[in-house]
Amino acid sequence: MSNCNCPKSDLTLLEDVLGKYKNIPGSLITILQKAQEIYGYLPTDVIYHIAKETNTTPAKVLGVATFYTQFRFKPVGKYLIMLCQGTACHVNGSEMIEKTIKEELGISDGETTDDGLFTLKNVACLGCCSLSPVMMINEETYGSLTPEKVRKILSELKEAE
Amino acid sequence: MKIAVGQGSCGIAAGSMKVYNELEKFLEDKSSLTITGCIGMCFLEPVVDIYDDEDKLHRLVKVKPEDCELIARAVKENNFSLIENITISREDEEFLEKQTRIALRNCGKINPEIIDDYIKNGGYEAIKKVLAGMSPEDVIEEIKVSGLAGRGGAGFPTWFKWNAARNSKGEEKYLICNADEGDPGAFMDRAIIESDPHTLIEGMLIGAYAIGAKECIVYVRAEYPLAIIRLENAIKQAEEKGFIGKNILGTDFTCTFRIKAGAGAFVCGEETALIESLEGERGMPRLKPPFPAEAGYWLKPSNINNVETFANVAWIILNSGEKFSTMGTENSKGTKVFALTGKIRRGGLVEIPMGKTLRDVIFDIGGGIKNNGKFKAVQLGGPSGGCIPEEYLDTVIDYKELSATGAIMGSGGMVVMDENTCMVNMAKFFLDFTTKESCGKCVHCRIGTKRMYEILERIVSGNGKEGDIELLEELCMGIKDGALCGLGQTAPNPVLTTIKYFRDEYVAHITDKRCPAKECTALLKYTINEDKCVGCSLCSKKCPVNAISGEIKKHFTIDTEKCIKCGQCQSVCRFGAVEIN
Repeated sequence: MSNCNCPKSDLTLLEDVLGKYKNIPGSLITILQKAQEIYGYLPTDVIYHIAKETNTTPAKVLGVATFYTQFRFKPVGKYLIMLCQGTACHVNGSEMIEKTIKEELGISDGETTDDGLFTLKNVACLGCCSLSPVMMINEETYGSLTPEKVRKILSELKEAE
Repeated sequence: MKIAVGQGSCGIAAGSMKVYNELEKFLEDKSSLTITGCIGMCFLEPVVDIYDDEDKLHRLVKVKPEDCELIARAVKENNFSLIENITISREDEEFLEKQTRIALRNCGKINPEIIDDYIKNGGYEAIKKVLAGMSPEDVIEEIKVSGLAGRGGAGFPTWFKWNAARNSKGEEKYLICNADEGDPGAFMDRAIIESDPHTLIEGMLIGAYAIGAKECIVYVRAEYPLAIIRLENAIKQAEEKGFIGKNILGTDFTCTFRIKAGAGAFVCGEETALIESLEGERGMPRLKPPFPAEAGYWLKPSNINNVETFANVAWIILNSGEKFSTMGTENSKGTKVFALTGKIRRGGLVEIPMGKTLRDVIFDIGGGIKNNGKFKAVQLGGPSGGCIPEEYLDTVIDYKELSATGAIMGSGGMVVMDENTCMVNMAKFFLDFTTKESCGKCVHCRIGTKRMYEILERIVSGNGKEGDIELLEELCMGIKDGALCGLGQTAPNPVLTTIKYFRDEYVAHITDKRCPAKECTALLKYTINEDKCVGCSLCSKKCPVNAISGEIKKHFTIDTEKCIKCGQCQSVCRFGAVEIN
């Protein structure tokens, strides 16, 4: 275990996943995906634990994890805003949408609001190009966005809290 | 009577789930309500298809939850004139009528969650035909006759890959489907899996039989959660019906399926990088040869094809390779699906025989530019492709002809742009993408794309220098020569084609410090037209940096030194007095 002051994660939550996959070759990405489902991100102690259990080095695990955009190393907000940066969205004004989100929430790509409610993440094409510009908040997709529409969606989410 | 609500990802995003719930509330005969996948008319979502008692189709478009009560009444009274205002127009119907659908043949017609719906429409007949009397060689020959080529981008003959994998020595072989559809602007693979997952399974089963594989793996993007759910469900149903598993249909052919969710890396669309990722590693391309057909997944013979390629296979087996090859051109056979998006009037999925022109797709089927704008360019093939200008709109859709323009067929993303799109900024957009997605293995791709991005960045921000265009061209050539994989080698294409066809725009940015499309903020100049300004002072109140001053009821001016070009003055002015130059 490292000497950092990172939060102590409950590693027992990972037992089932490791039990199922740790002896199947080529399962590292699957294990990391399941771990992220459990913890919401990949805490450092979890990465060390996975390395130990799969008989490899933390460097190797982190090397794989950082290669893929799906993996996060910081906790995310309650609402994860995935803003599509595909070509169709770009042509139809996703830049303006990003600007609006920045103005409304004060966060840039990869950041979380201080109250822990929203995280903004720019993502590659979500594949809803006909509704561009598009964003996804948690599981829900919002299309044909305009700055006004974005402000309304965000304030509704805030009010619901 | 059958009422089918389109429930692809796009449909759901447009609100089709709410429409479904409302219909369920109002319809008397709830058993007539069902779902279907994506018909590909994304510009009309949510779409509801009603098949009346004579099996006549009434297609309702842009349906809102509040329309549902009336729809239920129309159904009950068998009086469809009640809902004429939400029935599809004759003009929009042509969007589908002008297409030839093979890969998308069942999309939007069947319920993707029910295997019997697929079977009723001729599903799993092809695998039955294969197992009843075709040898693997016969299958490969049929595919060879069809002329089917890889639909993922490279356009490599499918039979050749299958044959190479078949002839490779080894008991253990793998058939892999590349469903890591990463090209921004392409979504046909998602639509096929969401709308007709069994077509993919059947195509893969036939492929597995042909090459001698006992295991099929589908590598799907994690960003496509609905596609994964529908495919998981389809695999389960196919297992229950005995189409997947041991001794399929009572023969000695055995084949299992599994799904692997990708983790978000564009480079994993490259087949050797995909294999690395399947093995749990960083997705970095391998040196070829050996090709995957000899040493792929776990160094065993493997074959990888894209979703759309597999979606054609069952049709070819049932209708003959010869029939497939009658469509298209000498070099490119069959049909191709395009995802038509951007500034287009009728956007969605378009499947047409090869040999049609770009103009046919964009103007005849797509209806031209949105809001009566003027066509400027079409981007084909995503980050590996290029921008084609108006002069080349009559280019025939064919692997060779499209490559000759500097773009590529690619996976079929077709993003249409009008005069408000800046081509230099477009090139920068793609380089931003490639810079982030470069796996880092080859120096030219890793650092070359970064340097190119920096040059484009300075051009669009008004700091371009003489010689920048030439420097970009030199870097492009370096990357083309110095990158290992197809993605690196094609990464300069968006820059090369925009320089080739829109060089004057680059010059305008660099020499005149002007953006002709008025998109690059740093190069814009906001001014107030004296003749139009009535001196209401609204703009000056809105200006966040106090750059606007003047006297009430006279006219106001903008201090261009202070102006941050946020555009607020223009959006609040009711007299159209704020102009951008």
